[in-house]
Amino acid sequence: MSEFYTATDHYVVVPAIMLALFGCAVLLFDFWMFPQARHRKYLLLVLIGGEIFTGVHLWRQGNFLSAQGLSELVAFRGSLVLDGFSLFFNWIFVAATIIVAIASYRYLEIEGEHHGEYYGLILVAQSGMFFLAAGTDLITLFIGVELMALCFYVMVGFLRGQKRSNEAAIKYLLLGAFSSGLMVYGFSLLYGLSGSTKLSVIGQAVAAREPWDPMLFLAIATISVGLLFKVSAAPFHMWAPDAYEGAPTTVTAYLAVGSKAASFAFLMRMYLGPLSEGRPTWEPLLIGAAVLSMTIGNIAAVTQSNVKRLLAYSSISHAGYILLGLVAGNQTGIKGMAVYILVYAFMTMGAFIVVVALRRKELIGEDIDDMAGLIHKSPGYAVLMLIFLLSLAGIPPTAGFIGKYYIFLALLETGHYVLAAVAALYVAVAIYYYFRIVRSMFVSEAAETPPLATTVGVRVALAVTGVLTLVMGVYPEPFLRLAQSSLTR
Amino acid sequence: MSNHLLSIVLFTPLAGMLILLLIPAAQKNLIRIWANVAAFAGFLVSLPLWVHFDRGNGGFQMVERGDWIPALGVKYNIGIDGVSLLLVLLTTLTGFIAILSSWNAVDRHEKSYYAMFLLQQTGMIGVFVALDFFLFYVFWEVVLIPMYFIIGVWGGPRKLYAAIKFFMYTLAGSVLMLLGILTLYFEHFNQFNFYTFEISELLKLNLPLGIQQWVFWAFFIGFAIKVPMFPFHTWLPDAHVEAPTAGSVILASVLLKMGTYGFIRFSLPLLPNASIDPWIVQTMAVLSIVAIIYGALVSLMQEDWKKLVAYSSVSHLGFCTLGIFSLNPNGIAGSVLQQINHGISTGMLFLIVGVVYERRHTRLIRDYGGLAHVMPNFAFIFAFAMLSSAGLPLLNGFIGEFTILQGAFEASRTWAAFAVTGVVLGAAYLLWVYQRTMLGQITNAKNRLLPDLSLREWAVFLPFMAWALWIGIYPKPYFDVLEKPVAQLVERVRPGYFEAQAARAQAALIDSGKETTLR
Repeated sequence: MSEFYTATDHYVVVPAIMLALFGCAVLLFDFWMFPQARHRKYLLLVLIGGEIFTGVHLWRQGNFLSAQGLSELVAFRGSLVLDGFSLFFNWIFVAATIIVAIASYRYLEIEGEHHGEYYGLILVAQSGMFFLAAGTDLITLFIGVELMALCFYVMVGFLRGQKRSNEAAIKYLLLGAFSSGLMVYGFSLLYGLSGSTKLSVIGQAVAAREPWDPMLFLAIATISVGLLFKVSAAPFHMWAPDAYEGAPTTVTAYLAVGSKAASFAFLMRMYLGPLSEGRPTWEPLLIGAAVLSMTIGNIAAVTQSNVKRLLAYSSISHAGYILLGLVAGNQTGIKGMAVYILVYAFMTMGAFIVVVALRRKELIGEDIDDMAGLIHKSPGYAVLMLIFLLSLAGIPPTAGFIGKYYIFLALLETGHYVLAAVAALYVAVAIYYYFRIVRSMFVSEAAETPPLATTVGVRVALAVTGVLTLVMGVYPEPFLRLAQSSLTR
Repeated sequence: MSNHLLSIVLFTPLAGMLILLLIPAAQKNLIRIWANVAAFAGFLVSLPLWVHFDRGNGGFQMVERGDWIPALGVKYNIGIDGVSLLLVLLTTLTGFIAILSSWNAVDRHEKSYYAMFLLQQTGMIGVFVALDFFLFYVFWEVVLIPMYFIIGVWGGPRKLYAAIKFFMYTLAGSVLMLLGILTLYFEHFNQFNFYTFEISELLKLNLPLGIQQWVFWAFFIGFAIKVPMFPFHTWLPDAHVEAPTAGSVILASVLLKMGTYGFIRFSLPLLPNASIDPWIVQTMAVLSIVAIIYGALVSLMQEDWKKLVAYSSVSHLGFCTLGIFSLNPNGIAGSVLQQINHGISTGMLFLIVGVVYERRHTRLIRDYGGLAHVMPNFAFIFAFAMLSSAGLPLLNGFIGEFTILQGAFEASRTWAAFAVTGVVLGAAYLLWVYQRTMLGQITNAKNRLLPDLSLREWAVFLPFMAWALWIGIYPKPYFDVLEKPVAQLVERVRPGYFEAQAARAQAALIDSGKETTLR
């Protein structure tokens, strides 16, 4: 027993196990103990309990590492690792899950959907994300990515009564399965090259190869396709607008933040770990994907009239910016990716939760026109949305600027001047479509629509994301230290 | 208290805005009064700067410095020299006048309107006092957002187009400027091994000409769009025409100066080798001269009164940039003074258009004519503003243009010759518009009963008129303030300039001495 499952193993993996168990607990409670509608709020409390447990454990893990002066703690003979990187991302997942969950309650009521399954799926998906952030073995990583993705396939199609939700789920499932297949094919090639599924062993085998080895190229290319699909980078972004639009808005927020952050953790583990020696092979691929993502994301967003779709394209362009950090590849660039993902998480969630707040019984509230005159009806929401949009565009003093700052700096430091100029100029394009929403909210005359009736949960979620988006822009120091901690190895 | 004088000047409008937000939107008069009080307070607290300013010191004064984001090496570092002093005073005064002039002009969403103006005040003052490049950039961008709303919400018929065009144009320029800033930041790290955005530290950089040129062009795009220099001026007529009167005043009087200020504060001292690169200087001069002449010619052709004033800005700002790139004390000092003058006289011209627009709701020149008969006071003020703008001696514009032309003449006679035509054309379009709107018979019956200026409107114009007279009759205090910082700047860009001048003067003296002895 002790050989198979040591105390260290347990210590490292326990958040994931507890998340899964809490997920099951929510399902059971839903079935046995709280079947009536008036008891639904307890299900939310169970979820929050699970998150508090995870949070406390992550906090203790972090203290343990710093107290022992360790940079990492390897578990399961190199399949999982506890390090600053995994802790950093797990904190983002915890924050994202809580915020999305508390914003979901009323939304689910309006849509008339089940609460138990929803919260259960969120928790299990987060368990998968844990493995993506902490996994150092192809098998662990693949299980993590599939666990997360399967939950999302279900959640995207959660509104069973709505055609577009079902359509979105099918599209996402088919394309997702295909890309997973390609990725696993790449994994098998890596296994063939190295004879191991451990990332560290694979890294040595990759380093021993010539950079233009055809096997290696094939492995890198197929894995890249899978990873780029997961982070919704062009040209593998096709699913994102449909899935984002069709999914319940709260799920969209979780998909855009949780799934994307976890996939980027996965991507960084792969490219900075075993594939780092293959940089000559994948750097051109990533440059192409990044430029294409920024181009397609920013240009296609211009013509969207659905806010969720617009934000989907904006999220594609953000994936492009984050990839540029990897293209630069120096310390600033990697730190910039961490910072960017952190600020992206909060500003994107905030923007989607405003859309959630606009959902009323009689009104879907997803069109740009539905926001007309919001400043006169609900000034608080309009101002918050303005902050989120400015941040998404990268205008100081909001959080988004700090993210872009790092990416631009990293590109200049590594001599990618043209890329930096292109990335910078797309900011000016982006402002055009973000400000279409602003224009609708602030300039257009208010339409006759039912007033917003939101819950404490939505307000808290918005307040937290809004305040963080501003604070990270005005006083980013503590957050930059946090991101720095994710890189100390 | 006095140690934090500059911070107080900087944040008074912001504090005023925060208090304004607490007033219920229905209390319209209270909102108006408070906004005026806050803006006036902002002006009053800036006056001690003029008193306490040490004219003998060419460096930065009243510096405040503290950590902001240590992880990036960003400091809260503010301070002023003569150039920023004048621009800060222009900002606080213009801000107050703009808010005062909006009393009747704005009749919807007053609260947000005044909040935007006050927020913008802090942003603009911040741009002129920031000594840390990061801080500067933050303020630079902060200014955009209120102006977008001022144009987009309270503007004219094509306000949305104008607002987003203004925003996108400026933003495209600023992000490229940001790349330039980051390049300096990271070159500084390479040379000195620590990250900083402070201007005083970046000045120690020793960059090869190639990098300097690249950074210069990056800055150039940011600043030139803001000025706006030809050919980046196309956002300006739209923004000016669509903005509400007070917005146009702020835009013309202060916002455009952010660009010229950028050249003086950053481009020249940080990139001295690029700034004297003959090719760059020639390009700048040619673009300035094109702006001067083109702006004036286009003004001549305008049928829209406000658009005429807008294009005249292009022409006048051309003088300012020409002065800067003359790279001698006269040119640069004249340019700064002319920036103030342009703020005063163009501010007045926009207010004048605003006065009649409020009464008649048209800006077409042909709708007016013979207004001097019904509005004699107004006609007097228009004449004053027009002559100040056209550069009549004893008024402010003359001093600025004259000094700039002196500088340009020293740099190149050809430049001066071309620039002078701009002065002539300027007089032409201004006098012509005056003639068409004010003189002759009343052509339009609707104009017969227009009321003359009210007391509040007089109050709006008087500070500007007084200032214009002061500069026109006794500009010495202004040149005193500018002398040291400008001398330092010229010495930085052209080391040995003053010694060479002194030597030449000496030689001339000896020559003339010889002549007398021979005789």
